[in-house]
Amino acid sequence: MNKLVISGSPHIHDHDSVSKIMYTVVLAMIPAMLASFWFFGFDSLRVMLVAVISALLMEWATQKFLLKGPLTINDGSAVVSGILLAFNLPAGIPSWMVVAGAFVMIGVAKMTFGGLGKNPFNPALVGRVFMLISFPVEMTKWPVPRPLFATRLADAITGPTALGLFKEGVDAGQSAQTMLHASQMPTEIARFFGEMGGSLGEVSAIAILLGGAYMVYKKVIDWQLPLSILLTAFLFSGLFYLINPAVYAPPMFHLLTGGLILGAVFMATDMVTSPMTIKGKVVFGVGIGLLTVTIRLWGSYPEGISFAILIMNAFTPLINKAFKPKRFGSDVLKTAKI
Amino acid sequence: MNDILLFTLLTLCLLAIVLAVVLYFVAQKFKVIEDPKIDLVEDVLPKANCGGCGFPGCRNFAEVTVKAANENNSLGDLNCPVGGNEVMKQVASILGLEVQEKDPLIAVVRCNGSFAHSPAKVRFDGPASCAFAHQLFAGEGGCQYGCLGLGDCVASCIFDAIHMDATTGLPVVNDLCTACGACVKACPRGIIELRSKGKKDRRIFVSCINKEKGGPAKKNCEAACIGCSKCQQVCPHDAIVMANNLAYIDFVKCKLCRKCVEVCPTDAIHEINFPPRKPKLEYTETNTQPPGGHDRLEKVQPVQNKTVDIE
Amino acid sequence: MMKLATFRIGGVHPPENKLSANEPIIRLPLPKQLVIPLSQNLGAAPKPVVKKGDEVKKGQLIARGEAFISANLHAPASGKIAKIDDAVDSSGYRRMAIFLDVTDDEWMEGIDSTDELIHQNLPSSEVIRERIKEAGIVGMGGAAFPTHVKMMIPEEKKAEVLLINGVECEPYLTSDHRLMLEKTQEIILGIRILMKAIDVKRALIGVENNKPDAINRLQQFCNADNGIEVHALKVKYPQGGEKQLIKALLGREVPSGKLPIEVGCVVSNVGTAFAVYEAVQKNRPLIERVVTVTGKKLTKPSNFLVRIGTPMSALIEAAGGMPVDTGKIVNGGPMMGKALPTTDIPITKGSSGVLLVDQSESRRSTPNTCIRCARCVTVCPMGLEPYLLARISKLSLVERAEKERIMDCIECGSCQYTCPSALPLLDYIRLGKQRTASYLRNRK
Repeated sequence: MNKLVISGSPHIHDHDSVSKIMYTVVLAMIPAMLASFWFFGFDSLRVMLVAVISALLMEWATQKFLLKGPLTINDGSAVVSGILLAFNLPAGIPSWMVVAGAFVMIGVAKMTFGGLGKNPFNPALVGRVFMLISFPVEMTKWPVPRPLFATRLADAITGPTALGLFKEGVDAGQSAQTMLHASQMPTEIARFFGEMGGSLGEVSAIAILLGGAYMVYKKVIDWQLPLSILLTAFLFSGLFYLINPAVYAPPMFHLLTGGLILGAVFMATDMVTSPMTIKGKVVFGVGIGLLTVTIRLWGSYPEGISFAILIMNAFTPLINKAFKPKRFGSDVLKTAKI
Repeated sequence: MNDILLFTLLTLCLLAIVLAVVLYFVAQKFKVIEDPKIDLVEDVLPKANCGGCGFPGCRNFAEVTVKAANENNSLGDLNCPVGGNEVMKQVASILGLEVQEKDPLIAVVRCNGSFAHSPAKVRFDGPASCAFAHQLFAGEGGCQYGCLGLGDCVASCIFDAIHMDATTGLPVVNDLCTACGACVKACPRGIIELRSKGKKDRRIFVSCINKEKGGPAKKNCEAACIGCSKCQQVCPHDAIVMANNLAYIDFVKCKLCRKCVEVCPTDAIHEINFPPRKPKLEYTETNTQPPGGHDRLEKVQPVQNKTVDIE
Repeated sequence: MMKLATFRIGGVHPPENKLSANEPIIRLPLPKQLVIPLSQNLGAAPKPVVKKGDEVKKGQLIARGEAFISANLHAPASGKIAKIDDAVDSSGYRRMAIFLDVTDDEWMEGIDSTDELIHQNLPSSEVIRERIKEAGIVGMGGAAFPTHVKMMIPEEKKAEVLLINGVECEPYLTSDHRLMLEKTQEIILGIRILMKAIDVKRALIGVENNKPDAINRLQQFCNADNGIEVHALKVKYPQGGEKQLIKALLGREVPSGKLPIEVGCVVSNVGTAFAVYEAVQKNRPLIERVVTVTGKKLTKPSNFLVRIGTPMSALIEAAGGMPVDTGKIVNGGPMMGKALPTTDIPITKGSSGVLLVDQSESRRSTPNTCIRCARCVTVCPMGLEPYLLARISKLSLVERAEKERIMDCIECGSCQYTCPSALPLLDYIRLGKQRTASYLRNRK
């Protein structure tokens, strides 16, 4: 007879695993991937493939030659990071830059700290910010979206993002209203479905929200975190819009342009770098919302979600310390139905 | 431009003066007068900060020794097991005292329940922690006194002096041992004992702490002490004490005559670093028992793949 | 549908697998020898009052609990004491036990051996408590805390309500379920006795909603006159945890480190209520209990009425024999039960089930690194942070562990059940709890 196993309780497990979670996230990203394919064509596939493959390669190489530990590339975390990095890049970016970004993402932001679960900052965002600072020209050249079956325009037409356009215009002394109705400005509906210039994954709000809903359903993320980010951004930008609509854009404009929704749904909710409790997550989300809008309104970059998330990542350990879960027994002697 | 330079310079100078004054007064106010001997004593200590002396670190031990020297004019039981007699002599000479020579000690693992002697009956699946396994069950081999083989002692040793032998599943102590006692505290079953290093590193000890009666003890482990008292009867120096079905050799009285080793029916008494005897099997420091059976590899595996757990 | 009462924070819902829910309780034949471990209750083990060679009658006292927290032991059958020696018990260690060679099944004189229900003549509360103590009754839910100690309400406290735990939230187990169906009147009487013992006018029975038949059956005997109510509770683990049950039924939270009496309740298991009825009205000591024998590969998952001291192998045999690829034997349910090294372990007062786990399910998956997904925090019914507790336990940081309220952990296992990285969270927390407890004892 085979030997009996002795182990501590519990003796059953719900059979969920890290790789299952990671592939759920990949599944949730499919709508946004399709949207980017729709709007940016085969270039989007190229960027995503290059990002994923180089992320996997870097992770494999680090574990094989530097850490000499067990190989964990099939846990799916590098795939997720790779796609997320691609989501934050414009479709026209040269492949070698994507490779460099992916290497920084995995090599510097993730493996330096010991790999999955130990990195303090969201790797994809570190990779993105690295690229933004190193290749500022290429990183802000946004191809004009060109739905797959639409009449083909000449290649390599680029234009600014809605946010960039707005910021430039307002900084140049135009009024907000003129800028909002400028000919290059995407319409409200285009913004929602994603027909506008921008990074691969950020353009289509509806696709991202679809993926987000799936992740909430699968209990991979908590809805409170994205909601708190979006709500804060909405309220904070709305406040300034009310104060001076001539200079500031309306809150819906802020929500639907740039990477706010992508950041709120896919980037800020990264388990490793976000706080553990719901309370903490809400604080984290409010912080991101405030910082994003602050950077957008007064910073030199038109977009601020990446920086906002990275800055709040740094606060995650503190938030974890300050916001403990509600301990059982704290509702002492609440009058009850007896 | 010059104004800015001048202003900066002046501010910095002013700041420097103010801070210097503050620092001076703070230093006066919080001055700690320490016996200079403490530093001298600390200098000769090994600075392993192992806690083997019973104090949290070498600095603390130095303070205690100086205090003892000042108050009692003797070092009493204070001893640095790591530094041994050499260091304690130096400490004593700094303090102007004499010190008694102590027998050097070494950690001895008193269990011989190797994979071959005590084959695994069940399989443990959990974190590599003896302390946890101890509260969960008796052990894979079934002996509730025996080594659990999960290496809490190895983890506790800061001198790299104790390692798990993959073929037996038991820890083996090497020459780097300083008798700091960390493994003794780490072992939840109290298997490891600090014993005299012995002349020429020779020592004899009962490699079992099983307090059960002979039958049940033998059932779980071939090499268990069954409490038969043969060794006690044969010992010419009264060095062997029988208690709770278990023989214990007092290393102060033991004269290393090896008579007990010969009579032990279960080979529970071990001799180490003796010249080989012709008819008997040789026991050396590195190979304290015959190689284990087929079971050994099976048992080692779970321990290894549990290396990744809570960071 | 009406919203079911439940506890608020955390909880998981493992597959219920109540394989033996429709199996009536069967009385298991007496084995030739019973091995009665002395230490069956929380607290001090009782001292034997018999010696080798003594003839004892069924129901006769064989070990007396002398310490404050201890419980008497009685002979589960008539026979001769073979020896008093060490035997492996459910702790996995060899500890002192009384070996009884069984000769017959005749009750000792003075014990009512009929099955007749006795409604009348409930004795005074002092007599009830005395009889509970004499009968050696302990909590039958698993913790085996002596019931008479629980009934002693400290003077400055007042019990307002008695809570009866019929939740049975552990997957697989059905012994309480069957008992509620088959011994309903006895349980109700036992509850009335307990109410009298602690002088309360109201009792609430909590039953998980996956046992509608038991809820209906209990409902028939509950009315305004006896002050007993049945409440259906949401199916969620650990609904049957003492503190969780109080929260679900009364909305009150027992403060950290305090007992239920702090919020005016006493909690007892349905099995205990049945044992109390037997002890008080029939004068029968606690010598048998219902045990579920279950497992996915077992031919006949069953509920047995078993004498204390019967080896588990006899139960497994009666349930169709041990399946070939059994990988683990668990005493209790899969969430909180204890894995056993052999089947020669006797049933004790606290054994509610024997679970045979298939080999494919008995090994844990290889632990991964913590990805900080916070699921353990989400499911912890005590509002703790298991990932953090496990980590500080591993580092033996007892003071920090105490501050993070490690002693509040009820060891329900929800964290480890749900951890996607398959980390041994509870293993380490248990270790940390033990170390913290000894640290706290030394500090006092």
